[in-house]
Amino acid sequence: MTDAGSRDRPDEQEKAGLVPWLDARLPVVSAFRREYVDYRTPRNLNGLWNFGAILTVVLLVMLATGIFLAVNYTPTAAGAFASIEAIDRQLPSGWLLRSIHVTGASMFLAALYIHLFRGLYYGSYKAPREVLWLTGLVLLAMVMLTAFAGYVLPWGQMSYWGADVAGKAVDAIPGVGPWLEHFLQGGDAPGDVSLHRFFILHMVLAFAVLGVVGIHVAALHVTGSNNPLGIEPRGAGDTLPFHPYYTSKDALGLILFALLFAVVVFFLPDVVFEAENFRPANPLHTPADIEPEWYFLPFYGILQSVPSKFGGLLASVGAILVLFLVPWLDRSPIRSARFRPLYRACMGVLVVCFVLLGFVGRHHAQGGWMIAGRIAVVYYFAHFLVLLPLSARTERGIVLPDGIAGAGRRGA
Amino acid sequence: MTTTGPLETDNSATDSPASDSPATGKRRDFLTLLTLAAGGAGVAAFSWPFLDSLRPGDSGAARPPVDVDVSKLPPGQQITVVWHGSPVFITHRTPQALERLQQASLAARLRDPSSAALQQPPYAANWHRSIVPAYGVVVGICTHLGCVPTYSPAPDPTTPVANWPGGYACPCHGSKFDLAGRVFIGAPAPYNLPVPPYAMPTPTTIRIGANPPGTDFDFSSIQQI
Repeated sequence: MTDAGSRDRPDEQEKAGLVPWLDARLPVVSAFRREYVDYRTPRNLNGLWNFGAILTVVLLVMLATGIFLAVNYTPTAAGAFASIEAIDRQLPSGWLLRSIHVTGASMFLAALYIHLFRGLYYGSYKAPREVLWLTGLVLLAMVMLTAFAGYVLPWGQMSYWGADVAGKAVDAIPGVGPWLEHFLQGGDAPGDVSLHRFFILHMVLAFAVLGVVGIHVAALHVTGSNNPLGIEPRGAGDTLPFHPYYTSKDALGLILFALLFAVVVFFLPDVVFEAENFRPANPLHTPADIEPEWYFLPFYGILQSVPSKFGGLLASVGAILVLFLVPWLDRSPIRSARFRPLYRACMGVLVVCFVLLGFVGRHHAQGGWMIAGRIAVVYYFAHFLVLLPLSARTERGIVLPDGIAGAGRRGA
Repeated sequence: MTTTGPLETDNSATDSPASDSPATGKRRDFLTLLTLAAGGAGVAAFSWPFLDSLRPGDSGAARPPVDVDVSKLPPGQQITVVWHGSPVFITHRTPQALERLQQASLAARLRDPSSAALQQPPYAANWHRSIVPAYGVVVGICTHLGCVPTYSPAPDPTTPVANWPGGYACPCHGSKFDLAGRVFIGAPAPYNLPVPPYAMPTPTTIRIGANPPGTDFDFSSIQQI
């Protein structure tokens, strides 16, 4: 006990109190400080880097409202529609919870698309961030599946026929298609069994998304954020501590996003609610104008532009799968499109094509929309499979800035 | 505009706010406090719809009045209907039973023979504790600990107590009530059985949960259910 050389005793005197005691045994406080306070972040992140934080918060809001809605929801073909109406009309504040949840689905997908195109534009998928990119794409697929399952739950006309059409799409797979469709929907047509499965799938996937977000964020904190210049920070002068610089920037982005969110919830509910889905599911009558939610329309457009049932399915699934290959299709060592003139132009065309495909999906690929849709599909795949690998060859003699802080001073 | 901007304080080792001058530190503390307060208020406001949704739903819509047709109910018989989740006894009392209810010897054995305690609407605060003497309407929940009393309408010299005039006997702790729901002395129950608000739109229809026209009685104002 009188050993002056022992490190135990001074440590004990230094770290008095409950928080240091806990931190010595489970370093939650120091880990939080390391990853969210002192965490070094490139000093030049623009507003597009807000969407990661925005997506995290919207996910938490979706989980919270989802749990409270699930408490009041009945996952049976006979009771689902009535329970949703009861949530809207009788449950205190139920209309608000449901409106936040439905609006949240659209806002989540919108933020996710921005987040995705941000990553494509600034080359955030390149080494050493491939795993970050792949986990993000897994999240995209999981969120799309969750959103689809959730859309079926109210068991209105659009819910029912959405589930039916998705089943028929599975049916298009050669060989196993009919068996797989029957197996997945648990009967000859969407019914009690399928609805119950969709409910469980929706809940389980929602929490699984939270888990994969944890992996996604962990991968981010290993490599650190990319930045609009696409060059690695050269030293401490190129970075800032996360707090207060990016906590306040994220807070501003969140407030602006929340304002937009609130405007849709309170003033523009028609934007996110489909009138036809306020009719109970009727297996004997298909609605006149059936189309998926806006966030699936580009893929619906691809599906309809390809003149083959199975080919359309392959193309729309392939449109997502091709994104998984992007880190290896892109041969250029330069990340940011700011320094890649050809790639930058191609990215602009890609965004136009993606939006155009959404309109094609909405207009059922008829007449001129059919031609536009086919051109857009060809461009979409050509962008990733041809232009992206070849564009590196056009990038000769490009000089990247020497450090972020220096580039900032020169106004680049 | 001040010395706190990221470009100006280029001392890369000390980006932390602690290195600022005391005046800036105070202003920053104030801004931090203000931000936390605004954020806290926002989170509290946002949690409101979640907590609100746990509240039991609109009672007016969830508890409509119950109409009961008593034209098929023979004298001496009782039916039980559910209202607000509680059993309500509707009894067609015989003239003999009504006669026994008015006996002075019975009143002497009762804790509250004149219905002084607020256990019934004003229009039922009479010797038969109902709108018309022939039909009794009481909530069948013992005022002791909430069991449902058994209907024993037949007079009996010994069971369940000596000189039993007919009424209700609680199976749990032996509380006794007469056919008007008035509690006997010597039983653990402290109050008469509650009479719910009810109206009789026709002579043989009982509408439980609605007051007769021109009266106003709130069932939640009674002493004890």
